[in-house]
Amino acid sequence: MATENYKLLKKESLPALFDKLTASGKTIYAPVKNGEKTEFDVVTKYSNDINDEYIQTVQSLKGTVFPKVEKLFDYKSDKTDTSIQEPDFSKFPQNVLWGLHPCDAAAFRPLDATFRWDYDDKYFLTRMKLTTVVGLSCSKHDDYCFCTSVDISPASSDGSDIMLTKNKAGDYLVEIVTEKGQEVYDMAKELFGEISDDKESYITDVPKKFDLNELNKNLDGSFEAPYWLAQSMRCIGCGACAYVCPTCTCFDLQDEGAANKGSRIKCWDSCGFGHFTLHTSGHNPRETQSQRWRQRILHKFSYMPDRIKVFGCMGCGRCSRACPVDMNISENLIKIMEEPKNE
Amino acid sequence: MDKLKQLAKELLSNNQVQIIVGYEEGTVGKARPAFISSPDQADTLIYDERCIHNLAVYLTQHKLPGNTKIAVIASFPVMKSIITLASEKQLDENFIKVIGISKDNNIIEFKDFADIERYINQQDLSFTPEEQALIDKIDAMSMEERWEYWQNEFSRCFKCYACRSACPMCYCTLCITDFNQPQWVSVPSHKLGNFEWHINRAMHLAGRCIGCDECSRACPLDLPINLLTKKLSMDIQKQFGYSAGQSLTEPYALSTYKPDDKETFIR
Amino acid sequence: MSNPNIYKPYLMKIDKVTEEAPFVKTFRLKFTNEEDAAKFNFKAGQFGEYSVAGEGESTFCVASSPTRDGYIECTFRETGRVTSALAGKEEGEIIGFRGPYGNTFPIDEWKGKNLLFIAGGIALPPMRCVIWNCLDLRENFKDFTIVYGAKTVNDLVYKHELKEWEERPDVKLITTVDPGGETPDWKGEIGFVPTVLEKAAPSADNTIAIVCGPPIMIKYTFPILEKLGFKDTDIFTTLENRMKCGFGKCGRCNVGKVYICKDGPVFTYAALKQLPAEY
Repeated sequence: MATENYKLLKKESLPALFDKLTASGKTIYAPVKNGEKTEFDVVTKYSNDINDEYIQTVQSLKGTVFPKVEKLFDYKSDKTDTSIQEPDFSKFPQNVLWGLHPCDAAAFRPLDATFRWDYDDKYFLTRMKLTTVVGLSCSKHDDYCFCTSVDISPASSDGSDIMLTKNKAGDYLVEIVTEKGQEVYDMAKELFGEISDDKESYITDVPKKFDLNELNKNLDGSFEAPYWLAQSMRCIGCGACAYVCPTCTCFDLQDEGAANKGSRIKCWDSCGFGHFTLHTSGHNPRETQSQRWRQRILHKFSYMPDRIKVFGCMGCGRCSRACPVDMNISENLIKIMEEPKNE
Repeated sequence: MDKLKQLAKELLSNNQVQIIVGYEEGTVGKARPAFISSPDQADTLIYDERCIHNLAVYLTQHKLPGNTKIAVIASFPVMKSIITLASEKQLDENFIKVIGISKDNNIIEFKDFADIERYINQQDLSFTPEEQALIDKIDAMSMEERWEYWQNEFSRCFKCYACRSACPMCYCTLCITDFNQPQWVSVPSHKLGNFEWHINRAMHLAGRCIGCDECSRACPLDLPINLLTKKLSMDIQKQFGYSAGQSLTEPYALSTYKPDDKETFIR
Repeated sequence: MSNPNIYKPYLMKIDKVTEEAPFVKTFRLKFTNEEDAAKFNFKAGQFGEYSVAGEGESTFCVASSPTRDGYIECTFRETGRVTSALAGKEEGEIIGFRGPYGNTFPIDEWKGKNLLFIAGGIALPPMRCVIWNCLDLRENFKDFTIVYGAKTVNDLVYKHELKEWEERPDVKLITTVDPGGETPDWKGEIGFVPTVLEKAAPSADNTIAIVCGPPIMIKYTFPILEKLGFKDTDIFTTLENRMKCGFGKCGRCNVGKVYICKDGPVFTYAALKQLPAEY
């Protein structure tokens, strides 16, 4: 194992760093212990409830850049005059997302690719631009984790602006990854030291369950495969998997309010819902749950890499943990590679 | 549970049923629903304390092939669900064989739905002290405290509808939330939309809920929404003496009337 | 404003309302903002999102030709929440429009060819855009045939334009209604579109076929065209799937890896054959 040079952030410097971030107008999201669970929450100062040894939260921080409910604009309208009031994009929050694991940090890449595909989504891109991601290497994992199977490592800094790894002393080895990260560092230089250490020795070993490119190739010509039906028999058709997923982007557009005054809203939706693709005529191209399960898997592992050059799964395992009927995604992906495509 | 496997094999090999809905070993130590259609698969069937999913939900989902005889492994909540669904004319007795599992893990081969009804009524049907305590806690809150409690809980909801999907009684083909002419329930999961949904859900299940708690177990965000339907069940039992899942013939309290009703307005 | 907001609709004034058939109306729409009008252009086949404040957006093709400047038209049937609200709008009122989205009919490549248009019911509107586009460039094309059918005489849309096409010496128009849908004075054909087409047996030689109609009509029309000798690369249609965004993000309209909103809505029959059954 190789020793390298890192910046050092001592545990006792964290309160001062959080104070500085808050004072500079940043909103900090951090993993906070709540009973047995740890969830991301807004914090204004450092506390001992901030958990740097959590495995994974139920919800990702997708909502900070792609909120579950986003007001696109307000409208006012009478018979012959209508006006549209867009939000003040300059007032969008400056977020610091603290302590995300590498899978979550990497998840911003597919989100970005989708919301940038030929048409720039100003709401997402503005939020993303104002976001600083402070990643945290994983010291633990569970059986749902499979980041290494989707070409992410529990220590990778891809997607992070600053990368932290907790060492034996409980302090952080710090890597400044991007300019945004440099800005945070410059703001609080005095809190950082220098250290030589072996980062890899603090990182958990997530076993590789399958090969991503092999899976991708395997999915070619799988549209009519019998396994979609077999795998989805248990599926009860809720949207839990999509809503906890850090990369799912399906959304709905809804008007709320009266004819003369109201808003247009973009809100989360899921390809797992039966009415998602229902035509007004009553025809539904994805009428059964197996067709919708197929869409979920093919979208992430075949369509996205083909169309926007990025896979739609980061191996965080959230969907599998959240599923009420144990539709375990990595188990199903492995089965897809083992089973024949044609009967 | 070798007896269960044996029974399953028999049922499938003499073609008494074509599919068995039961449980199998899942991933990461979980049990999960399973669909067994050949005798050699029957060995994967399990039944233990982890088998908590209410399998009755699959009986109305229209996923299982039509004109097929289905056997379902039924814990006590599943039995009650089946009785409620049958009383609401949602199940065809000729196509469903119920393999009951008693609280002490014995297999009960029910002859028909009436047999299940009889069995249910031999059991202790009162709310458990634990259930009562949960409701008492909410009841003890002031109106303001209660409002705040539910506001906090509902605001976390992101409307994945796992509660709806996991509930055997939520079998509408067009849920009120999917109806848009008019848009009864706001689609987005903002505060108003979430209140509209959860109040509607609770009211549509008022007195129909058999108390399996699947809704809150399925909820990825652990919202205690089972308390709403539980409370309504208690109230309806108190007011009308009606409890879901106990009778095949007694009409649902909120969709019927009796000429000798104690309230005068209805006469 | 730098960085335009892709969700923000243009505000359009309803300049003219035409009742086409029961529950079917055409709106002529003009931009309320002249800068928008000057910047805007589209091509035949493209679609947009039309919105009523408070009700939401609905997807349909632009029904007017890009050769007609200064306005766009849309024709819709009152079916869902938004189209019902649209139907209640009157001349002078404002609605929203986002677009144009999607690909286009390769009209430039059709120079010197015969054109055969085949449409059924409410699917004439998306084709009307192409028809007028080509008629306005009539000298570029040879024979011009339109086969159009609807359930009943009353359900035929663009009745005035049908008359105009009928009277034009450089257009051959065949109209038909389903058996039982005729009136006593009906002079057109009686029968389903595919049957009428087969009887008319237009030559496939140097001809492009553009087909638009309900799925069942399409299903029976394509084989007949192939029987008549049309190559699948010379048969065009436009597909529909439920859409919300129109630009490849909301996740609804994809057919396999093909997004109707971005890669379509215009496809050749050859391209359709490559698609999985998901539309």
